[in-house]
Amino acid sequence: MADIVVKTEDVVKEYRMGSNILRALDGINIEIERGEYISLMGPSGSGKSTLFNMIGALDRPTEGQVYIDGQNMSHLSQRQIAAFRCHRVGYIFQSYNLLHVRSAHGNVTLPMIFAGIPEKQRNEKAEGLLDMVGLGDRMYHLPDELSGGQRQRVAIARALANDPSIILADEPTANLDTITGREIIDLIKRLNEKQGVTVISATHDLKMLDVSDRIVDIRDGLVERVRNRDEIDIEVGEVGGDGH
Amino acid sequence: MQQRTPIEEQIDLPFVESLRISFQSLKIRFGRSIITTAGITLGIAFLVSVWTNNEIGLALQESGRQSTINTFEETTEKGISTKDIWLIVMSLIVCVVGIANSMLMAVTERFREIGTMKCLGALDGFVVRLFLLESGFQGFSGALIGALIGTLGAVLLGLKDYGLDLFFYFPLLPAQPEDGTARLGVIVVILLGCVLGMILAVIGSSFPAWRAAKLPPAEAMRTEV
Ligand SMILES: Nc1ncnc2c1ncn2[C@@H]1O[C@H](COP(=O)(O)OP(=O)(O)O)[C@@H](O)[C@H]1O
Ligand SMILES: [Mg+2]
Repeated sequence: MADIVVKTEDVVKEYRMGSNILRALDGINIEIERGEYISLMGPSGSGKSTLFNMIGALDRPTEGQVYIDGQNMSHLSQRQIAAFRCHRVGYIFQSYNLLHVRSAHGNVTLPMIFAGIPEKQRNEKAEGLLDMVGLGDRMYHLPDELSGGQRQRVAIARALANDPSIILADEPTANLDTITGREIIDLIKRLNEKQGVTVISATHDLKMLDVSDRIVDIRDGLVERVRNRDEIDIEVGEVGGDGH
Repeated sequence: MQQRTPIEEQIDLPFVESLRISFQSLKIRFGRSIITTAGITLGIAFLVSVWTNNEIGLALQESGRQSTINTFEETTEKGISTKDIWLIVMSLIVCVVGIANSMLMAVTERFREIGTMKCLGALDGFVVRLFLLESGFQGFSGALIGALIGTLGAVLLGLKDYGLDLFFYFPLLPAQPEDGTARLGVIVVILLGCVLGMILAVIGSSFPAWRAAKLPPAEAMRTEV
């Protein structure tokens, strides 16, 4: 039996703006297996971030259910949701969302502070993680003193602090140049392969295609199609030929 | 779909941890903290100067000294004139509005930070406590400085009006003159100013912080600064 980590059931999300109701998600059903690298693809405004927020318990769906590890997220208490965000998921955002008042090291230790990990232990872990993402020599710099790529590396290290089983990445390369973006993708892919972390990434970066196990195409709040690895390989060839 | 390990409950952080995080935040945002604190300082300085000025006026009036420029011409036999009450009330309003406004601004520009902390596992209560600590500290230090500046201002004004007589009758301590009214004395006014500044700062920041903490993180993080 496939080990399903994330399952959404007819997830609908509506945003109310004055008298207008905008249906950002229109009944999303997806299942994601443990250890998969999934890319949510779709044009801007198609609902990728909204879905990302539903899966990561950063917002509540208007209708439908989200199950993570078999748990119905709508049945969790406030404290459980906080613990879920703290332990189970690592979030990576397009705009990094580092706390600019804390150094790279301070950003990485924060989720561990929330998890109640003793100081010595969390300092060592943060150093190890920052080393791993290639920032061993910039640990005590503030985010403002780092480049975009370096900030995203800090965000990745922070996302890994409490050994999550899921990495949620919302357009992690959108603010980066091609080469830096490639490095970030490779880094995330390595975590996926070496540590078996499930990666769910919203993107419209075609570089993401060839590292993904599956691609979920989202359009107007609906799943348009789901493509597997083998189908993707052919298209990547085509894309390359097109000069994209 | 099999049931995995159930999701545990998030723990509360020890108080020292909150204290450390809030002080670090104040330190790194020093420039911004100073601006917010200055708002508190100004409000309290204004209030305390008016108030102390009034105390001084009353004390010297009781001592039988007349102001060299007859400040109390329009004053009734004893007690505070309506003009003074008006001034005190006005300065109190300015102080409340000014502090509430600067705290509100300081919290609003940090919505994104609040959302991010919640992504990392912060409980709503923790976020509020952080702002409570930060604003309490800012409120107290800002108000203390403001109260001292305000007192100094009132003393200088008093010197101009009463000359050195001021120091013979300086209303430092609370007093109970025969007319049955009570005099707070400058020390109490300073203390009240500090407490008021701190309370206003704490209320002014913890209310918006509480609202932001209640928002789903996705929404809090959407706010652009
Ligand atoms: N908080 C919100 N309030 C109102 N509308 C929103 C909100 N968040 C997203 N939307 C709208 O929902 C739609 C989907 O947005 P989003 O999920 O951000 O798309 P994507 O990430 O694919 O670009 C868009 O039309 C967007 O304008
Ligand atoms: Mg988006």
